[in-house]
Amino acid sequence: MSGKPIHVTVDRLRRFAHRPERPRRIEADDRSCPRCETHFRGEEMVRNARVCTACGYHFAISARDRLDHLAGEDGWRELWTELRAADPLQFTDLAPYPQRVRKAEADTELGEAVVTADLEVRGRPCVAAVMDFGFMGGSMGSVVGEKVARACERAVERGVPLLVVTASGGARMQEGVLALMQMAKTIVAFEAVNEARLPIVVVLAHPTTGGVWASFAALGDVTYAEPGALIAFSGPRVIEQVTREKLPPDFGLAESQLHNGQVDAVVDRRELPERLGRLLAILERPDASGAQPLPLQWAQDGADRAARVAQGVAQAIPAIPRRIVDRVTKGNGKSE
Amino acid sequence: MNPRPSSGGRFVRRIVDRFQHAPEDTSEIWEAIQLARHPDRPYPLDYITRLCTDFEELHGDRAYGDDPAIVAGVGRYHDEPLAIIGEQKGRDTQERTYRNFGMPSPEGYRKGMRVIALAEKLDIPLVTLIDTPGAYPGAGAEQRGQGGAIARSILAMVRTPVPTVAVIVGEGSSGGALALGVADRVLMMANSTYSVISPEGGAAILWRDASKARLAAGAFRPTASNCYRWGIVDAVIPEPPGGAHRDADAAAGLLDTYLQRALRELRALPRAERVRQRRERFRRLGAHREFAVGDPGAIAAGRVELSTGAPVSPPPPVPAAEPGAPEPASPREG
Repeated sequence: MSGKPIHVTVDRLRRFAHRPERPRRIEADDRSCPRCETHFRGEEMVRNARVCTACGYHFAISARDRLDHLAGEDGWRELWTELRAADPLQFTDLAPYPQRVRKAEADTELGEAVVTADLEVRGRPCVAAVMDFGFMGGSMGSVVGEKVARACERAVERGVPLLVVTASGGARMQEGVLALMQMAKTIVAFEAVNEARLPIVVVLAHPTTGGVWASFAALGDVTYAEPGALIAFSGPRVIEQVTREKLPPDFGLAESQLHNGQVDAVVDRRELPERLGRLLAILERPDASGAQPLPLQWAQDGADRAARVAQGVAQAIPAIPRRIVDRVTKGNGKSE
Repeated sequence: MNPRPSSGGRFVRRIVDRFQHAPEDTSEIWEAIQLARHPDRPYPLDYITRLCTDFEELHGDRAYGDDPAIVAGVGRYHDEPLAIIGEQKGRDTQERTYRNFGMPSPEGYRKGMRVIALAEKLDIPLVTLIDTPGAYPGAGAEQRGQGGAIARSILAMVRTPVPTVAVIVGEGSSGGALALGVADRVLMMANSTYSVISPEGGAAILWRDASKARLAAGAFRPTASNCYRWGIVDAVIPEPPGGAHRDADAAAGLLDTYLQRALRELRALPRAERVRQRRERFRRLGAHREFAVGDPGAIAAGRVELSTGAPVSPPPPVPAAEPGAPEPASPREG
């Protein structure tokens, strides 16, 4: 808080004082589904993991909301928040690059287009890199490349699987050829995880295109896609311009990419934590005692958050697994 | 091969002087782009026929088809076998259509991966020659996994234990170029370009107007000298006066000199060490700022250590310059 005095008339103060406290809203705005026009209140959106309950439309979800959703009652702790973009080319298009970055930082309250975290999904520890399309179209510059690479190295260090959730337009033009090099950098880092014989799970969210799809996003051991996500190297607009082909309406969407053999499954976001938890459980090696669990405190943070969300969850969606609800209502066995 | 000031040699130092001054002026950069795209500029096959005494081209990815935008095969180079992958544009309209203007499809990259595997099996070095406006943006290419093909091609080049040299001989744009660009040594012909996207593509996205290509080129600064300065490439290969299109034989001769030296250096390294250095090099590319943890004040005030795309692992000792090396020529004389 700044030391500025606040000028409010006495009248207004009195009015505030008598107003009954409104029910607390979880921070998110109301939205209408662009496909079926069903209206959702902000807290409903959070409860439904930003998926339309009427038609299954997947809204964009921020990286931190995604981590909350994936972690459920378990914890996540953000890593390397202190990495920020530089401006190696002194790049200016319609606005200078640093100005665009500052605006994106202010709009999203993120440091970059990817959030890296230690995470537990249904009790299975992993290291996660979750991209946020809201930050300059999720574009991959040097910082995104560096954070993804560090996430890989941390997964190796902790001996846990790597989880990557992508949502990106591709390489960040404003960093020129250095952004292109991030494709190589992330793949080099993935190779370290491969060598450590740890699983890599990639979830492709809308959209995953360009240099991100043509690098690490395509190299998961298991690749899930969210319904309706555009997954392509070149977007439909570019293809229509260059080749004058008329594209079908489902071009490049997750469902058609499943048909093309480019992804392993299309998974509803509401089922994602359960699916990932199951997958990680299948892949867990009997000798995985080397995996270092998270400190207890972090799990507790997550449990508190999950309890708040889950109060609504229990009545709202059957898709959310009983297990969380049970564990939240019966108390978190871990934290005792 | 690696003409940094410390590497010694009069010839080498003169090249460094020449390229330390990177063209910043938009018109200078635009001129370089025009030269990189010059219709008479030697294409990979022109270099291959001059470098190799014999060359056997291989066709097909053994899964779907053959992509003429990528030429791949094995050649006899200085009396030793050499695996080569190149991106081939076409010279006349008919050939351009046949080669799809040098825009590879997934089967092209898969053909390349076949040749990488062959190089590994026979333990022979691999050279890639890059000249593409980008990977082909088409519905069919997408269906057959354009993104995955590029990613796996990069992965194959990260993994391969054989000595690898990538040379950007013309236009190197986007993932289509990088798919063949992850090598132990990355060289660039003096008038070639290397960028995240073609200037036209960048202008269409950032300026929403493809006709602003000149402006975009000035912003991307995709010239060889800039790439050298950023640590993206290890050496800039000089071209004959006026550019490679004036004298393909001389251009091939200069490429030959650098290639031989790079391969000699790489052969001296153990296999594991080559892979380690290659990975280390690409792991470090990039430019970011990093602040002390939990010091938001520093972020606000912008107190930072800038680590630019510094060049990579310390270059291995470079043998003295070739005694008979040709004179470096200004790329834009004449």
